[in-house]
Amino acid sequence: MKTATAAMTANSSTPIISVRGVNKTYAGGFQALKKIDLDIKRGEIFALLGPNGAGKTTLIGLICGIVKATSGTIIADGHDIMRDYRAARATIGLVPQELHTDAFESVWATVKFSRGLFGKAPDAAYLEKVLRDLSLWDKRNAKIMTLSGGMKRRVLIAKALAHEPTILFLDEPSAGVDVELRHDMWRMVRTLRAQGTTIILTTHYIEEAEDMADRIGVISKGELIVVEDKAVLMRKLGKKQLTLTLRRPMTGIPAGLSAWPLVLSDDGHVLVYSFDAQEEETGIAELLRTLAEHGIEFKDLRSRESSLEDIFVSLVHRPKGTQE
Amino acid sequence: MNIYGIRAIYHFEMARTFRTLWESIVAPVLTTSLYFIVFGKAIGSRMGDIDNVSYGAFIIPGLVMLNLLNESISNASFGIYMPKWAGTIYELLSAPVSWFEVLIGYVGAAATKSVMLGLLILGTARIFVPYEIAHPVWMVAFLLLTAVTFSLFGFIIGLWADSFQKLQAVPLLIVTPLTFLGGAFYSIDMLPPLWQKITLFNPVVYLISGFRWSFYGIADVDVAVSIGMTFGFLMTCLIFVWWVFKTGYKIRH
Repeated sequence: MKTATAAMTANSSTPIISVRGVNKTYAGGFQALKKIDLDIKRGEIFALLGPNGAGKTTLIGLICGIVKATSGTIIADGHDIMRDYRAARATIGLVPQELHTDAFESVWATVKFSRGLFGKAPDAAYLEKVLRDLSLWDKRNAKIMTLSGGMKRRVLIAKALAHEPTILFLDEPSAGVDVELRHDMWRMVRTLRAQGTTIILTTHYIEEAEDMADRIGVISKGELIVVEDKAVLMRKLGKKQLTLTLRRPMTGIPAGLSAWPLVLSDDGHVLVYSFDAQEEETGIAELLRTLAEHGIEFKDLRSRESSLEDIFVSLVHRPKGTQE
Repeated sequence: MNIYGIRAIYHFEMARTFRTLWESIVAPVLTTSLYFIVFGKAIGSRMGDIDNVSYGAFIIPGLVMLNLLNESISNASFGIYMPKWAGTIYELLSAPVSWFEVLIGYVGAAATKSVMLGLLILGTARIFVPYEIAHPVWMVAFLLLTAVTFSLFGFIIGLWADSFQKLQAVPLLIVTPLTFLGGAFYSIDMLPPLWQKITLFNPVVYLISGFRWSFYGIADVDVAVSIGMTFGFLMTCLIFVWWVFKTGYKIRH
C-alpha cells in the first residue's frame, strides 16, 4: 500500500508531457521550432500563446504525432511518442484549429469512429454523455454538413473526447464561435480539469487564457520565450498605470516633475504615470503631493493593472535576449 | 494490434459504400449489362466460339476483371484521398494505429466492396449468358487476390494524388487501356505474333488469363505464371506502402 501511495505521489509530481530539445525544420528549410523544452504538469490548464505562425500548431502537431520532429524527444504520460506511440497517442485527444469534419457523416457515426480508431471498445452510454454535455445529443443523427460552424466545433470536441483521453489539446477552440458556445466550452474545460484531464490550449483571446489558465507559455518565432505560472507572470511582468484627468490642460510637464516617468496626452488633458506592480512603494502619494505643490489639479483619477495581453505584446515585441 | 481501430476504419468505409449504394453498385452493373447486350448478344451472336466457349461467355471473366480493377482502385484511392482532402487525416495520424492496421481497414473495405460487385456482375451475366465455373475455389481466390492487390494499388494512388484529377488519371489513362488490351474481349492468340509478345508486358493479361482459366480451363498464359505475377504485384504494392508510411511521404510533415 505504501509503495502504491509513493508511486502515485511520484506520478502526480512528474510532468504529464515532457518536451526536450525539440527542433522542427520543414522540408523547405523553414525552422518552425527551435530547441523547445517544456513540461506540462498533470491536471493543469496550460495556455500556449503566440502570434500567427509562431509555431503553436506545429508544437501541438509534434506531440500528437501529426508532424515529425527533426530532433528531440517527447514523453506523453510516461510514453515516448515515437517508440511507444500507441500508448502515448491513446492518452491524447486533439481538437484541431480548422473545422476538419466528415461532411457526409452523421454526428453519431463520426464520434463512434473516433472512439474505435483510438482503440476503445464501443460504449454507447459514454458517447451519449459526451454528446449531451456538448448539447449535441439532439443532433446525433444529423449530417455534419448541415450543422453550423459552432456545432461543428462541438463535434470536433466530442470526437477528441470519445476515447476518454487524459490529455486534451484545444488548438484555437474559440476561433469563429459565438459567445454562448465559448462560455459552454470553457465550462466544459473546467469540468474536464476537475475530473483530472490535463488541458493544453492555444488561443487568440488572451482574456480567456487570463481567465482559464494555470500556467502560460509564450512562443514567438519558434522559440518558447516564457513559461510561467499565470499569477507569477502577471505579477512579475505586469505594470500599473495611474491616469489623471486634469482640470486644466497643460502644454508640457513642468521641470519639477521631470524625475517622474510621466506621459502627457497630446491635448494636454491626461497625465499617465506608470509604475512597477511589484514595488512595495508605488510612489503615488509622493506624486500627488508634488502635483499639488505645482498647483496641478485633477478632476478624475484611476489606476489600472496591465492585462495579460499587454504583457504578451511586450514579450513578443521585446528585442531578443532581454527576456527575464 | 488495435482491432477496434481496424474495425472502425472498415465499418466507416463500408458505411460510405452503403450510403452511396446507387453510384457504387447500380452504375457498374448497368454498364456491364450494356456490354453483355452489345458484345455478348448483338456482336457475339455473329462471332465464332473461342476454344469451344461462346463469345458471350468468353468475355465474362474479362468484364468482371475490368470492373474489379476499376472499382478496387477507385474505392481505395477515394477512401484515403477524402480524409486528405477534407483534412480529417489529422485524426488518423494522431491515432494509436499502425500503418498496417490503417491499410487493413481501408484496403479491406475497398476489396470487400469490389468483390461484392464482382459477384453481382457474375450474377447479372447469368441473366444474359449461360456459363459454368470449372474451378470455383480458384475463381474466388483470383477474385480476392486481384481485389486486394488493386485496392492496395488504389490506396497508393490516393496517397500520391493531390487533386481529384490525378485521382482519376491513373484508372482512366493506364488501367482501363491495359484492361482493354489485356485480353478482356479477345484471346491473345488472335493478335499478330509481334503483339502477342508485346502484350505479355501488360500485367492485366495474367490476371484475366488466370481468372478465365478458373471458369473454362482455358488460358493465354500458364496459370502458375498468372498466380506468380499477381503475388508479385501484391508484394510490390505492399513494399511501396510500407515505405510511404515509414518515411511519412506525402502524409506526415
